Order: sequence, then C-alpha cells, then structure tokens
Amino acid sequence: MVHFTAEEKAAITGLWGKVNVEEAGGEALGRLLVVYPWTQRFFDNFGNLSSPSAIMGNPKVKAHGKKVLTSFGDAVKNMDNLKGTFAKLSELHCDKLHVDPENFRLLGNVMVIILASHFGREFTPELQAAWQKLVAGVATALAHKYH
Amino acid sequence: MVLGAADRTAVRALWLKLGSNVGVYTTEALERTFQAFPSTKTYFLHLDLSPGSAQVRAHGQKVADALTLAVDHLDDLPSALSALRELHAHKLRVDPVKFQLLVHCLLVTLARHYPGDFSPSLQASLNKFLSHVISALAPNCH
Repeated sequence: MVHFTAEEKAAITGLWGKVNVEEAGGEALGRLLVVYPWTQRFFDNFGNLSSPSAIMGNPKVKAHGKKVLTSFGDAVKNMDNLKGTFAKLSELHCDKLHVDPENFRLLGNVMVIILASHFGREFTPELQAAWQKLVAGVATALAHKYH
Repeated sequence: MVLGAADRTAVRALWLKLGSNVGVYTTEALERTFQAFPSTKTYFLHLDLSPGSAQVRAHGQKVADALTLAVDHLDDLPSALSALRELHAHKLRVDPVKFQLLVHCLLVTLARHYPGDFSPSLQASLNKFLSHVISALAPNCH
C-alpha cells in the first residue's frame, strides 16, 4: 500500500486545486493517444483519430478525458485508500473494457508531464516525486481486481 | 516505432534550440529521477547525490553529450552508441527499465522549460527517439 506523508498530501492537494480538470483531462487522453498510438485500440468508436490535431480536437476524446481526470480527483481525496476507491473501476476495466493495466501507467506518466508543462517552476522534483507515487498508486489500484 | 523524417526534423530542431543547455536539462532529469524513483540511486553509490551535487552535474553533462551524439547519428544509433552499450549493459549492468525512468524525467524537464514548444507531436517524436536510444543501449542489441 502506498503511504503518503502529510507534506506529500498537502503538496498534491494544493496543486490539484489549480488544475482545470476538463482541459487537462482532454489533453492527457489526447497525448496518450498521440504518443502511444496503440492505445487507440480502445477507442474505435471515437471517430477521427487520424492525426495529432484530429485527436487533440476530437470532442469525444475531450469528453472522455474529462471523465477520466474527474475520477482521478477521487484519488486525490482518498490517498489512504486507493484500492478501495478504485475497486469498482478496476473490475470495469478488467471485465468489461479489457484494458491492459500497463496503459494506466502510461496515462499516469502523461499526466505528470502535463502538470510539468502547466506548472513549470512550481513543479519541483519533490512535487513530481509525490505525484509519481500517486499515479503509480492509482495504476496499481486499477489493476488490483484483475483476474 | 519507426523514427520517420518528421520525427528526425523535430528532434534536430529541438536540439538546436536547446543549444549548449542540454547538460542543464539532463542534470535536472537525473535529479528528478533520483528523487521520484529512489531505486535508481543504487547505480550511483560512488556519487554524491545531494541536491546541487557537482558530480551529478558532471554525469548530466556526460548524458547530454551522449544524447547529442545520438541526435547526430539518427541513422545508425546502435553503431554510434556501441561503446555506451558495452558500458551500460556489460560493465555497469543497468536494468534497461531504469533508462525509461530517466527518459520520462527528461520529458518532464523539457515540458517544464519549453511548454510552448512541447506539443503532442514533439512529445511523440522525442519519445520515439529516446526509445531508440534505450534500445541501442540494451544488452541484446548487436
């Protein structure tokens, strides 16, 4: 189980408060689909994913990205119980969506890169380290119910 | 993932822009790697890893020089990096997974310093280039 210090929790929560979830969500999912094109396999019904600009401008990508990042907000609120928080979503991603958990790690890292580009100076190595713990914890929690 | 013409152009253009600062960014990437992924420190027991360490800066410059060499030899990375592969795979015996962590932290560093340039396409091209560098350093690449 991941353990967060009080400082790490405060740092993560502080930064999260400044994130535009809708924008960042679309950007994160979009970049995942551009940089790791095989991830598009889960989004056949999303329409035009033929180029980076098509992907980044795709309304379904933006909408789904927002959904994913909103759910990530639950992680920020429940850092001490990631496995419990994501139990149902883990079952969904395994049983219904059949998503390889490696994708959760990829998306987590894309999110960290986006935070770095948005928060620049503020995104210190310490802050990055705390966020890496969180995204790794979420990825593990989402993989936890796989069978 | 093939490194196409557009990827090469993008990577070369970025490297021109980074100029003589590549070492600054690779050093920051190393510091971030040690902080976020403490297991990587096990390969650097001989270095002072405290913040601002001159030894980390020196190592950062070595990494920068190697990457610049790679950018100049995109057509034949395995050959250009053969000495480094020998070193990392056979002498230092670094788990190749660790290179991915440094690559990630380098992307974080570049995104942080060049947010306006760091488009999804550039991120994709850089990721591909760095993946090729990692492959060229892997033990079974001859």
